Amino acid sequence: MSDLNQLYSEVIMEHYENSPHEKELKDATHKERGYNPLCGDNITLYLKMNGDIIEDASFTGHGCAISQASTSMMIDLIKGKDKKEALRLVQKFIDMIHKKDVNLDELGDAQVLQGVSDFPARVKCALLAWKTLQEIL
Amino acid sequence: MKYVDVEKIKKDFPILNVKPHGKKLIYLDNAATTQKPIEVIKAMDKYYEELNANVYRSPHYLSALSTQAYEEARERVKKFINAKREESIIFTRNTTESINFIAYTWGMKYINEGDEIILTIAEHHSNMLPWQMVAEAKKARLKYVHLDENFRLSMKDFKEKMSDKVKLVAVQHMSNVLGIINPVEEITHIAHKYGAKVLIDGAQSVPHMLIDVQKIGCDFFAFSGHKMLGPMGIGVLYIKEDLLSDVPPFLRGGEMIDEVFEDRATFAPPPLKFEAGTPNVKGACVLVSAIDYIEKIGLSNIHNHEGELLEYGLQKMKELDFVKLYGPKDAKERGGLISFNVEGVHPHDVATILDEEGIAVRSGHHCCLPLMRYLGVPATVRASFYLYNDFDDIDALVEGLKKVRKWFK
Repeated sequence: MSDLNQLYSEVIMEHYENSPHEKELKDATHKERGYNPLCGDNITLYLKMNGDIIEDASFTGHGCAISQASTSMMIDLIKGKDKKEALRLVQKFIDMIHKKDVNLDELGDAQVLQGVSDFPARVKCALLAWKTLQEIL
Repeated sequence: MKYVDVEKIKKDFPILNVKPHGKKLIYLDNAATTQKPIEVIKAMDKYYEELNANVYRSPHYLSALSTQAYEEARERVKKFINAKREESIIFTRNTTESINFIAYTWGMKYINEGDEIILTIAEHHSNMLPWQMVAEAKKARLKYVHLDENFRLSMKDFKEKMSDKVKLVAVQHMSNVLGIINPVEEITHIAHKYGAKVLIDGAQSVPHMLIDVQKIGCDFFAFSGHKMLGPMGIGVLYIKEDLLSDVPPFLRGGEMIDEVFEDRATFAPPPLKFEAGTPNVKGACVLVSAIDYIEKIGLSNIHNHEGELLEYGLQKMKELDFVKLYGPKDAKERGGLISFNVEGVHPHDVATILDEEGIAVRSGHHCCLPLMRYLGVPATVRASFYLYNDFDDIDALVEGLKKVRKWFK
């Protein structure tokens, strides 16, 4: 598989083009903007927390395929999880992008973003949503 | 390629042999920085192998050599932009430092509450943020000249915004996004009628066209060495001769003084009063090699060559119905760069796919966020040309863009 095939795989393109999570969350309890000033990727992350549980989550904004798909995949992964578990998964994802050895199975669709670690210029795109979630939690 | 012998020129640039991802390198990011010919690369070693010593200070053989080389560099830059006097040429790190220099010195001294500073909406952040700083500190007002429907600077808007309140017009010579070349001579003429000073950001123009600061008539002119085949870390600030005593020193310290007491100091005459501390002597000397190379090819040849590339590029890219171009539609009075977007694809994805084909372009906001907002886009892709580019490079770009379309249908 070529590098580009890995970067723009079907799963990534599906999340980029048809994410069910790309919308405003009316009853959100948390709202945080994630912005990458160097490339202009700009997302707003919405969370609906019930105590420590992330009941619902969504995002709006614009950016490249990688940043948008990564945000969508993250929401898939963290919905319904409690704060501690979500933060653990975020760290796992960050480790994966930084080429640290981790068990990827737990990351769901997001594990396909492993290929991004071979594109240093795009690492920030992939991490934007995850770092934003870290900020909120 | 009738104006320059590109095949021969390419051989002078060793970096063009680098094979990104195993592909031939197509370097189209010249507005960000240019590559260096072998003469320039060798000059870097030559300085440290044969000339190195601190300038002005020490009475030994090498110091005399390096001082002479440094002053010859000043003389050479003076001729290159046709300044009247050597003292008008001040070596800095880059365009950004040159503009900040004037903002922190002349700007903070002569711009006062209620005064106005005129900029254009297409300015690079480096010719915007320093003036925001002055405006905030001195309670002055920034006014932005807008563009006309063909992306050119609206001279009508400029004239309407000029008044006796305006103390400074700070304007780019050529836009790093739209490629427009502004009529700086006319702008200067009008600004001077109101008693305003004029600063020209020449970062994008100096590498590509003949500059005559006396003909332009501007008060300050800034440019960088690394965008004109020279090394990073050397830039130039031109201050018109009649302002040399009005502009206070920027940095203070070694080698810029006349007399120093415990509580005060007097300063050396220009240009030394503007160059505190050990300067980038190597950078200035190597810049001379870059000027030599440019003048060997000829700036008007370079300009005409880029004009041909631009015309060809605009033509080819107009044929791609999924590409949107930004900037004037005709190639006249435009520099050699093309900003564009691929419909429905973020510029970073475009740049990543082009990179896999060995094509180096810039994607992003190009340090022009207010312009991006004005154009209503988050970012663009930019291909920018120089003397070592040819039609094949543009053909490769067009083929690359067709690949982008295949990935993002």
